[in-house]
Amino acid sequence: MEILELLGQGFGIALQPLNLGLVILGCALGLFIGAMPGLGSVNGVAILLPMTFLVPPTGAIIFLAAIYYGAMYGGAISSIMLGIPGASTAVATTFDGRPLALAGKADQALITAAGASFIGGTISIVLFTLFAPPLAEVALAFGAAEEFALMMLAFATFVGLGGDDIPKTLFSIFIGLALSAVGLDIISGEPRLIFGGLPGFFHGIHFLVLAIGIYGIGEMLWTIESSHDGVKVSQASFGLGRILTHLKGLKGSIKASVMGSFLGYFVGILPAAGATPGSIMAYGAAKTMSRNPDSFGKGNVEGVAAPESANNAASTGSMLPMLTLGIPGSPTTAILLGGMVIWGLEPGPMLFIEHQSFVWGLIASLYVANVFAMLINLAFIPAFIAVLRMPFTILAPIIFVLCVVGGFAPTQDMHDVWLILIFGVVGYLMRKLDYPLAPAVLAIVLGPLAETSMRQALLMSDGSLMVFIERPISGPIMGVAIVLFLLPIVKLLHQRRARASA
Amino acid sequence: MRRAEFLMALMLGVFSVYLMVKSAELPIGWIPDEGPGGGAFPFWLAAGMLGCCIWTLVRWFTRQSPPARSTEPYLNPAARGLVVAVGVSLTLMLGAVHIIGMYFAVPLFLIYYIRFLGRHRWPLTLSVAVLAPVVSFFFFEIALRITLPKGYSEPLFYPLYDLFL
Amino acid sequence: MIKRKMFMPLLVLVSSAAVFMAGPVQAWAPKKPVDFVIMAGKGGGADKMARLMQTVIEKHGFSSKPFVPINKPGGSGAEALMHMKSKQGDNHTVMVTLNSFYTTPLRQPGLDVDISTFTPVGRMAEDTFLLWVNVDSGITNVDEFVAAAKAAGNQWIMAGTGKGQEDQLLTTFLNQAYGLSIKYVPFKGGGRVAKELAGNHCNSTVNNPSEQLGFYEAGKTRAIASFTPTRLPLFPDAPTFRELGKDYVYFMQRSVVGAPGMSDEAAAYYRDVFARVYASDEWQAYMKKKSLQGGFLTGPKLKSYWAREKAIHKVILKDIGEI
Repeated sequence: MEILELLGQGFGIALQPLNLGLVILGCALGLFIGAMPGLGSVNGVAILLPMTFLVPPTGAIIFLAAIYYGAMYGGAISSIMLGIPGASTAVATTFDGRPLALAGKADQALITAAGASFIGGTISIVLFTLFAPPLAEVALAFGAAEEFALMMLAFATFVGLGGDDIPKTLFSIFIGLALSAVGLDIISGEPRLIFGGLPGFFHGIHFLVLAIGIYGIGEMLWTIESSHDGVKVSQASFGLGRILTHLKGLKGSIKASVMGSFLGYFVGILPAAGATPGSIMAYGAAKTMSRNPDSFGKGNVEGVAAPESANNAASTGSMLPMLTLGIPGSPTTAILLGGMVIWGLEPGPMLFIEHQSFVWGLIASLYVANVFAMLINLAFIPAFIAVLRMPFTILAPIIFVLCVVGGFAPTQDMHDVWLILIFGVVGYLMRKLDYPLAPAVLAIVLGPLAETSMRQALLMSDGSLMVFIERPISGPIMGVAIVLFLLPIVKLLHQRRARASA
Repeated sequence: MRRAEFLMALMLGVFSVYLMVKSAELPIGWIPDEGPGGGAFPFWLAAGMLGCCIWTLVRWFTRQSPPARSTEPYLNPAARGLVVAVGVSLTLMLGAVHIIGMYFAVPLFLIYYIRFLGRHRWPLTLSVAVLAPVVSFFFFEIALRITLPKGYSEPLFYPLYDLFL
Repeated sequence: MIKRKMFMPLLVLVSSAAVFMAGPVQAWAPKKPVDFVIMAGKGGGADKMARLMQTVIEKHGFSSKPFVPINKPGGSGAEALMHMKSKQGDNHTVMVTLNSFYTTPLRQPGLDVDISTFTPVGRMAEDTFLLWVNVDSGITNVDEFVAAAKAAGNQWIMAGTGKGQEDQLLTTFLNQAYGLSIKYVPFKGGGRVAKELAGNHCNSTVNNPSEQLGFYEAGKTRAIASFTPTRLPLFPDAPTFRELGKDYVYFMQRSVVGAPGMSDEAAAYYRDVFARVYASDEWQAYMKKKSLQGGFLTGPKLKSYWAREKAIHKVILKDIGEI
């Protein structure tokens, strides 16, 4: 009951007019920042940080948390409408969100995304409220070996995502992982794969560069070619009736949302993992659990609900190690952490004791932000649909410009924009030959985490591979991952045998 | 399509070899008591890429994959011109960003695309071409404090900064 | 082109109005937002400090144009250094640096970066290092630490923030001074290193106070010695290595540098801005809280400080075989 009392005090803080206004403003701003391809919650939070000295620290962190939430909702918008994931957390949302939009069901996808985000947000905040300190211990128990096992699990869940052409699918995974190695080798401290000595390669090839290239430029070229004779605009339509129908239809995807929420939350609380692996794993899990796995990737609303609920849940989850351990679980929380330091709040185990009003004000404002982010999101859906109804010859150049500007913004380096163009053109040419490209995009996200954690663990174990199996947490995770890896192979062999005997 | 399949696999294979050579600048073997060296991860992945390319070439030779059997042209001849025009104009726009900056390269690209490729009317074309940089300026430079590249057009923006920042 | 024609008269009008409003000619001031390059990734110690400086500048209006932080963490700062080098003569680019300012050009001579050409703006602080262990280990002083680390041999793990950087230099010092064979494992960022220690995934760290403070206050970790000339007020129980008979002192600089060839007027402007940041209540409070040392240095004094530190690092890096 003590928790309820504290939470009540928190609501007293969050619902003060100034703070409430900040939540609403933050959600709306975050929504638009998140909806821009290239800009995600990291940018929004980083850029708005110095503006927050206008308000007291509690109001400031509430404002930033609202931006964070808004941006997580907004990320789905560009994934669904443009097919370009605005942030790595929204990659999995494109897999089914884009086909839905192309089939004229953009409104359904957007509403499902909003509903799933709300469920993810709510479940995760409740978990946060009830179990923050004990879960912090779990996060602390995760070392390099556990992290690597977790990455293997994430890989295993999307092993079935590729196309029918095995060598081309494998190629896509390999090239994504290889490109993720560009930049700095953290273990030896040596730069590596600096092509042509260009300084732009020192910061590596960011996930966004590949994603905007392939899903932005490449996808647009593909659409231009396939729609040259009669422009293929998605027949997006909307109306109150349709919106109500879709809201009711949310029930169908509730199982996927709840599953995504729990999965996303638990992956999110682990330091260094963040929301991206969580959303990818949720997508894979929803597909595995579905009675109709073949419809995934072709426009199944569950494929939107699972990753969207997971990434929102994970974004709450990643605040947990930040607040309780002072460890940012994602780049965004890293900036939030910086903000807290600026305001003179010391994150760590003592924060919950020494700054109770701050912590509970923040938690309560997460509840409030979640509600407003969903309402604002729903209110703007007709406007987003209207954008989709623009003639393709106007929409296309605007999307190209968004890709260029959005590709520039995160690193502010034209080098990355040129890479986007190259990846876009090459990706388009490869796609024409049935090379699946989604595995490459996922691989470039998970690659650096997997390689670094594996080598750190091996360094600590004197190069013994047993470290991944012997440790009490990494062992079981690794076991599940291996089973998941083997499953498709067993299935394949089974099918072959069945065919041979038939 | 068949020829494109062959050339693509060949080119990606060459790129894989380049990656392997480049990775080998760092140790690619197993360092005792430490695990794999700094170049091992990309090196063996690039080797895997090369293997996949060879596999694809074998399938091309035996005509196993659909593109290897296809007799259709690689790029739709009716759309080829349009795709190339878009690709070239994008490249030119990026080049122009370095010289005249984002705020002038983007409108030029928009005018070309909307007026000449899209055949929309001038009033519509110009309103998009003017609105896009103005909105970007306020969104990026003023609200988000991200400076977009300006090239030689930079001095033109000093008064705007004085006014709004 | 059309757009340009439409814009030009407007711009001319606006600029002439601005000239009128500005009144009498003043000293140099930035004409556009200042690029505030951070030689490290988002969320790290240098990043937090840079963002604090940015916030202080905006809050008090120390600069007429905002400072825009840009992270260039690539290649242990190599990317940032090359970026600064390419900004030769630029008056609107300054950078926050740490010790990789010395070590990265030494370790990667191919970069061809000469840090003595960079414009000195101000040294904002010197961050301190302490030797940390987990409370569960039961170790309370350096003698016990040495005994335990000797017994463990190369199974004793020190987590740190990068190869050939500050944390490893300190580890090498410990190995040489006490005849240990501690194994050094690099992680990304000091916060992560601190968590590795609190979670018992490593045996010791040499974190800055700001990184370990949270766990220290929660009673999870303990500082057993400091790499400073005198004991830190925040950690009165941690003796200095000098007291323990090893004359070893190591600091992390937190400095601001300008692009090479920056005009004297611009350099003077930035010196003034950062001198005011240093004197601000916020910065002083932060320094006290995070146990930062050092006064504000600028001009030739800062240059000779760099020259001295660079020479020291050259010797250390040679000693450990990194160059």
